Amino acid sequence: MFNNLKIIYHQGKQFIPDVTTAQVPGIFRGRPIISTEKVDENELKDICPMDAISINPIRLDMGRCTFCGECARQFPRKIRFTKEYKISSNERERLVVQEGEDKPIEMNTQSRRKEIRSLFSQSLKLRQVSAGGDNSCEWELSASNNVQFDLSRFGIEFVASPRHSDGILVTGPINENMAKPLRIAYDAIPEPKLFILCGVDAISGGIFANSEVLERSVLNDIKIDLYIPGNPSHPLTIINGLVDFTRKK
Amino acid sequence: MNYVTIINNQSISLNDIPEIQYFEFFELNLGLVQDAVQRHCVNYFGFPFDKRVKLFCCIADDSTHQIYVSSTIVTAQESLLSFSAKNFGFEKFEREIHENYGLKYKDHPWLKPVRYPKNRFDQSKTMANYPFFSIDSEELHEVAVGPIHAGIIEPGHFRFICNGEQILHLEIQLGYQHRGIEQQFLNKQKLLQRATLAESIAGDTVVGHTTAFSHIWESLVDFNLTRDIAYSRTIALELERIAIHTGDLSAVCTDIAYQLGSSVFGRLRTPIVNFMQEWGGNRLSKGLIRPERNQFPFTPELAARLTEILNIYEPDFLEMNEQMFNLPSVLSRFERTGVVSHEDVLSIGTVGMAARMSGLKRDIRQSHPYLLYSEIDHKPIVKNHGDVYSRVQIRKEEVKQSMKYIRTMLNNIPHINENSIDLKTPKPNSFAISLVEGWRGEICHCAITDEKGKLSHYKIKDPSFHNWLALAIAVRNNEISDFPICNKSFNLSYAGHDL
Repeated sequence: MFNNLKIIYHQGKQFIPDVTTAQVPGIFRGRPIISTEKVDENELKDICPMDAISINPIRLDMGRCTFCGECARQFPRKIRFTKEYKISSNERERLVVQEGEDKPIEMNTQSRRKEIRSLFSQSLKLRQVSAGGDNSCEWELSASNNVQFDLSRFGIEFVASPRHSDGILVTGPINENMAKPLRIAYDAIPEPKLFILCGVDAISGGIFANSEVLERSVLNDIKIDLYIPGNPSHPLTIINGLVDFTRKK
Repeated sequence: MNYVTIINNQSISLNDIPEIQYFEFFELNLGLVQDAVQRHCVNYFGFPFDKRVKLFCCIADDSTHQIYVSSTIVTAQESLLSFSAKNFGFEKFEREIHENYGLKYKDHPWLKPVRYPKNRFDQSKTMANYPFFSIDSEELHEVAVGPIHAGIIEPGHFRFICNGEQILHLEIQLGYQHRGIEQQFLNKQKLLQRATLAESIAGDTVVGHTTAFSHIWESLVDFNLTRDIAYSRTIALELERIAIHTGDLSAVCTDIAYQLGSSVFGRLRTPIVNFMQEWGGNRLSKGLIRPERNQFPFTPELAARLTEILNIYEPDFLEMNEQMFNLPSVLSRFERTGVVSHEDVLSIGTVGMAARMSGLKRDIRQSHPYLLYSEIDHKPIVKNHGDVYSRVQIRKEEVKQSMKYIRTMLNNIPHINENSIDLKTPKPNSFAISLVEGWRGEICHCAITDEKGKLSHYKIKDPSFHNWLALAIAVRNNEISDFPICNKSFNLSYAGHDL
């Protein structure tokens, strides 16, 4: 008993008091800013391993970006990654950053379904499904639940059964062998339900985007409610994404 | 000589690998591993060409630090003698070859699908009609779990045959995570794309797999690894080991409902992964390791920061272990749970922790040293009971060992070379192999180039490929309620297996 208390005492205060304003340590590649400086556009486009950069005008799609930072490394005056981790949105287009723009990534409450805030802002139970994911987003989702990030303080939890959940959170590029189990799990959730894509692989297929082994047609008739970028998504990106999406007025 | 002898991270001309008749190939490779604990198969794969299949077998010898490579050419029409009938260590490899190219085996004892790749030879085999082993008895029942499990975890299907609460048999069906990553290595032409792919093989072993890919690439382009790059990679590999082992200790505590251990180990992982972010900008080290480059040099400032972090981490880690390993309610769940005997790990041919838990000393850091491991004089941590307790103990002791290695290395930070990037194309008609001891165990990558120096084959083997069978054996005669803790104590990769 005494030993247990000693251990608890030695941990000190671990929880992050305010996960909406916390600073990430060291270097972090969050929301990019593209300056208006003139560069060789094709060369810039070509260095991206993910085809996340398009030209005329120059745009960077965070739904395709792995945040490797190669573009910022080679064109430091053109592209800069800020430490801003609030980069989730409920609209796919809002993940695209254009040159000359410097504004936070936000939810569009207008396009969000009306019932979401009233139903899920105080309690949200999600079922996570990994569909070809590499286990990195899964580690970060688990980390979101640890004593430091403590996602459950917002009433958001990951549950075992789709029957107990309000929606699905998908990680991974959605491959052929998982397409059907994913669909079955989604269909098992009672309405109204959410569908969330977490990580670059889930949002766009990531590095596997053109692989014939993907089977993303399951997305054709599902309304995607939230996109959480990153490779893997940082716990603060995940938490703020879920909280903003369900609570923002 | 009917085989060629190479060492880790060496590349050779394809013509130097002797091409022998299948029967000679069969006798040679089986002979090499017969009654030789120090030798095991690190990779055995097929390479399709000209409507035939060329098989490459790589046997590593831990005592001589060499790898013996031989090859043979076969066709799908022949009916071959199976290695697995004589030595079960080849079982998965032959199943994979059969699944990919339709090679027929006369006497393979367990010729079932491995991962259902898109272009598999027999398209009539689907995930829905996997031939599960079954026992006809009124006393027994089956329990089917997955592919989606009750937690934040990757998918796989487990089929138990139980007698009451006791597990008689477990069969594990994988392939749900298959995303064609080996083919993508050939499709993607840019080096950076391939490095990104290597990072996606198993997101929990980013440093391990990316290091293996980098070594393959560097050996194919004759790049001389500078000391600062080798130093950074060695530190990163050991930090990855500390981070994941700590996270695993937390997960094991969760599965035995030991809340204090779960919370403390869970939070102790954070400073280590946060350090990875301070160093390279990503908590799981994505973007840190790049072929031919020291992307994020390890500076004295980082060394000071890491020393500070380890100094705070260590007493908390040790205190928690001290408490946990003296708690009867914890020990009663760990001890004699999920046992795999020494004979069984030998027969299955497990690697990494899943070998060292049961008296089988397999550790690439010692047996086929790379990077700075020859200087470190690594002594693998070996346990003998093969139970959950052994696997948890290995984690605890390996974390301590890794901290010791890192601290020693931090006293001697190499000068950073301003390396100019001079991207060469790989040597034509070559074969390269790289072995890396990731935190799970032995990672093996093999590459083959064509006459123009383009990659024509890329083969990845995650340690989980060997080790999944050990989990199935471990749970026999255990209560089904102990399955989660058995599973977690192995913590095998689905993504790394399914590719």
